[in-house]
Amino acid sequence: MKGEEKSISSSEAEQLTVETAIANLQQKSDLGARYYAAWWLGKFRVKEPAAIDALLMALEDESDRAPDGGYPLRRNAARALGKLGDKRAVPPLICCLEFPDFYVREASAQALETLDDTSCVPYLIQILEGGVEAAQFVPGKPHLVQPYEAVIEALGTLGATEATPLIQPFIEHPVDKVKYAAARAMYQLTQEAQYGDILIQALSGEDLQLRRSALMDLAAMGYLPAGEAIADTLAENSMKLIALKGLLETNLQANTSALSEDNIKIMDLMDSLL
Amino acid sequence: MTDIAKLIEAVDKADSADKLLEAVENLADTHSEIAIPTLIQVLGFNNPGAAVAAVEGLIKIGDPVVPYLLKSLDGYNYGARAWSLRAFAGIGNPVALDLLLKAAITDFSQSVRRAAARGLGIIRWQKLPPEKVFPAQQEALKTLLVATEDGEWVVRYATIVALQTLGKTQSDFVPKITTKLEELVNKEPEIGVRARAKLALARLQIS
Repeated sequence: MKGEEKSISSSEAEQLTVETAIANLQQKSDLGARYYAAWWLGKFRVKEPAAIDALLMALEDESDRAPDGGYPLRRNAARALGKLGDKRAVPPLICCLEFPDFYVREASAQALETLDDTSCVPYLIQILEGGVEAAQFVPGKPHLVQPYEAVIEALGTLGATEATPLIQPFIEHPVDKVKYAAARAMYQLTQEAQYGDILIQALSGEDLQLRRSALMDLAAMGYLPAGEAIADTLAENSMKLIALKGLLETNLQANTSALSEDNIKIMDLMDSLL
Repeated sequence: MTDIAKLIEAVDKADSADKLLEAVENLADTHSEIAIPTLIQVLGFNNPGAAVAAVEGLIKIGDPVVPYLLKSLDGYNYGARAWSLRAFAGIGNPVALDLLLKAAITDFSQSVRRAAARGLGIIRWQKLPPEKVFPAQQEALKTLLVATEDGEWVVRYATIVALQTLGKTQSDFVPKITTKLEELVNKEPEIGVRARAKLALARLQIS
């Protein structure tokens, strides 16, 4: 997703306005402009009802097709709807969870995670039916049969405690990212340290991408005991600072005084990374 | 061959990112001035892991690095310049003051602005002639007050840390810094940054 964002030139960004972006999304002749407009509306948090309407239309688009049979515009529309916070998007995004294009399902699960509406929980849980055994790679593709990582993370964020028995076995999944998503969700749902500690261990792994992803998971969880391990991780200081800020924020939102001992400890770690 | 020569050779011969990182870390750990040219060279390799290790090594060596670093600045590409600014920020030699003043508010990269802002708080002012200390500190204060408006939270955070350390070294600035920090406690949008402003206020009041 990040790669796609980067490939969009800045000159295009300067030219768009809210009106032209919505108009670009509604027309059908220039597929590139539609694709870009969907991303742009999300990126610049355009929350006007007309923008939401246009994105919901784009979520049903049939014209923009990738060589692999995928639906690029639908993927972008789902991602944008996740950023705009309008709950009208929830039912259509739930429908997208059954769509044949893997990346539309993945983007929809990620969007539902951020829309903070638990009505999608039973549908997300359904995707996990079949357990770890069913969670295999699609032959010839770089992804599993379902977007397990996104679904499990969404269930954790949405506080779906009823999903814990289904998520728990994914701690043993052979794909590290899925395993870490499960650890993160299990921690969010149970507050048990054993799950947070799995991610602390991940910080000393061999693969930089996985270390980064564990940093971001720990930030999202606000797992306080991870502070020093985060500061010591072999990764860019900017990533470690974001992760520590996540810890600090979670602790501050729990109504702890800004100057509690724990918070000062985190800030001292952050100071050392500037 | 001396041990350090062997470590330098390991950096030159590293044929993978991992090997380069390990070689640079080993060389940086020597804290030896002989390592300076090689460590500076690494800043231009476009390898962030190795560059971080090299910057840390250069900061530990400290002042002897400054002339080398100044000499290499002009010939550098953008990325290497950014890394060398971070080394300057960590070394705290006032020779780099003008570079840091400029970088803290104009550099295109947020991690350079962050490091430069932080660096303005840890300059070793005593290395300046006595009559130049106060005017130089005023320059730093002026720039840091502007940097509290940066669009990136991490730069604002670093700026608050720097204002705190600057206030600790120059007590004449404490009223002005306190007013700014109080303003930030009220209007800063990020709660994490707000918390750091509160901590800075508390730490300045203790003094």
